[in-house]
Amino acid sequence: MTLSLQAFQKISEYEWEIPAAFRPDMRVPVRFFTSRRMLENALADRSVEQALNAATLPGLVGRVAVMPDVHQGYGFPIGGVAATRFPDGVISPGGIGYDINCGVRLMASNILLEEVRPHLADLALALDRCCPSGVGVKGGRRLTAGELEQVCRQGAAWAVKQGFGEAIDLARTESGGGLGEADPAALSRQACERGQGQLGSLGSGNHFIEIDLVERVFDKKSAAAFGLIEGCLVLQIHSGSRGLGHQVCTDTVQAFQQVVHKYNIILPDRELVSAPLDSPEGRRYLAAMCCAANYAFANRQMLAAQARSAFDQVLVGKVGNPHLRQVYDIAHNMGSIETHLVNGKSLKLCVHRKGATRAFAPGHPALPAEYRASGQPVLVPGSMGTESWVLAGAQRAMQVSFGSCCHGAGRLMSRSQARHSLRGEQLMHDLEERGIQIRTGSLGGLAEEAPAAYKDVSEVVKVVVETGLASKVALLKPLLVIKG
Amino acid sequence: MRPSAGFCEIDHGADAALKVWAPDLSELFRQASIGMQVLMGMEPAGGQPVERDLTIQGEDDESLLVGFLSQLLFWLDQEHRAFSVVELTLQQGRLDVRLSGALVSAIQREIKAVTYNDLALQQSKDAWTVKIVFDL
Repeated sequence: MTLSLQAFQKISEYEWEIPAAFRPDMRVPVRFFTSRRMLENALADRSVEQALNAATLPGLVGRVAVMPDVHQGYGFPIGGVAATRFPDGVISPGGIGYDINCGVRLMASNILLEEVRPHLADLALALDRCCPSGVGVKGGRRLTAGELEQVCRQGAAWAVKQGFGEAIDLARTESGGGLGEADPAALSRQACERGQGQLGSLGSGNHFIEIDLVERVFDKKSAAAFGLIEGCLVLQIHSGSRGLGHQVCTDTVQAFQQVVHKYNIILPDRELVSAPLDSPEGRRYLAAMCCAANYAFANRQMLAAQARSAFDQVLVGKVGNPHLRQVYDIAHNMGSIETHLVNGKSLKLCVHRKGATRAFAPGHPALPAEYRASGQPVLVPGSMGTESWVLAGAQRAMQVSFGSCCHGAGRLMSRSQARHSLRGEQLMHDLEERGIQIRTGSLGGLAEEAPAAYKDVSEVVKVVVETGLASKVALLKPLLVIKG
Repeated sequence: MRPSAGFCEIDHGADAALKVWAPDLSELFRQASIGMQVLMGMEPAGGQPVERDLTIQGEDDESLLVGFLSQLLFWLDQEHRAFSVVELTLQQGRLDVRLSGALVSAIQREIKAVTYNDLALQQSKDAWTVKIVFDL
């Protein structure tokens, strides 16, 4: 299908919409939060078409929302948000992704750049040692079947009980780091096997641990609430549910190939397969997805504790206070059961966010008391070598995007294009010239994740701020990146 | 003359995709398994190979292909073992394959999953082709 700008209604400078009438199989309109230039870029790949395909899911309400960091995925576009009625709408594993609850954790400190600079290389080594990363790399120890079941039921709380972190970390994690609908009986034997060996490991690809400097604070009150201090260090962890989550999605997409016939669900892409939330198949997937989400919360909790340990090993006695305190932990691949106002009615919904971040506004009851005035911290990592942003969820996100916002810079260049046009060695050299240390197991992988392969994260942030989805809190500048 | 069989990587945004072609479906499945492993940049570790039989059932050939490649990913993730096809039979909705697996020492790039995105086996006069999108 050839799509052009003519298909869109311009709502404002940064909002464009394709009405539901555009295609006979669309059930709701699709709203793009983007600039004209970025929309033209999106039209160069299949992300717009994929967003229209997502608008065909049974039980959708409101509109499909597409974030400015959108890029082509499979089934759903990355950067897509779609909400279905609970329990008679559908749940689509392709609308959540294979890396269920891939997300970001941000931890703040009082460590000044000047005091840590001589120790950054040691810190890189210690983080690398304490936080296993890379393809096929396992976690510290293999879980028993009983332990895995507890991880899947309790999420990050399990890790805290084992001594990995602090109780306050849970309050500062989306959904408290645990989803109640989890049922380990819904997991396949293969999903369990993969989960037993990988807890506490970063993974590979675009997963990373990054030390940044809080370079500039835009909103002093919110930054103070989040514990962000200009001139001090923060740590970001980007990881997900590892092989367990991948297996849950693989198992379900395979099983749903037949399930769609049973429920007479007709879809334009087999990767969008879905089942009614109130069907046995839909309930089973929701229970398995929540297990994977809880596994990811526990995984980032353990990685955070391992990072704290690395900071202690290197910095105790050398800086005033080496402690890392949790700012927030957010998911950006998730199916979340939430209540939203739609056309004036309060509805329980399954909000599919694939490459999109929950961004609840000030006053939302799901936020910890200390963040109620500012809104939910929204973590927007840049591409390696460029700045990252801390935003705060704003009221308009509740009205137009089911409390959702962007999740990163968004790819501009395909991985093979990046590999062919950029060299990992050169990139590493250039970043080190700019004072950014890199540790990676794969130079080819480094080239695929190069800043030039991504959109300008500041342009993405400008759109979400101008459209009122979020507000700026702080700008982070990278100092040290450990690539999975 | 029978057309050649093979695969090549094609552009796909944030993920990776392969185009695979072969004169018949059995060879197409074999080429897809080799292509996926090449895409991952695996380095062999040597050692004694193991043989394993696998049976997969599915509603069509596309779901057999996804099921087959997904099982290879599982073994790679869990056992660090790459399997190659020794013998492969496709019947209506059923795949039987004998595989030989060798240990790998390193993998350059992780594939998380095999997707159904745009997956359609195409048959022309003398060849089968398919485009497979992998989640990275």
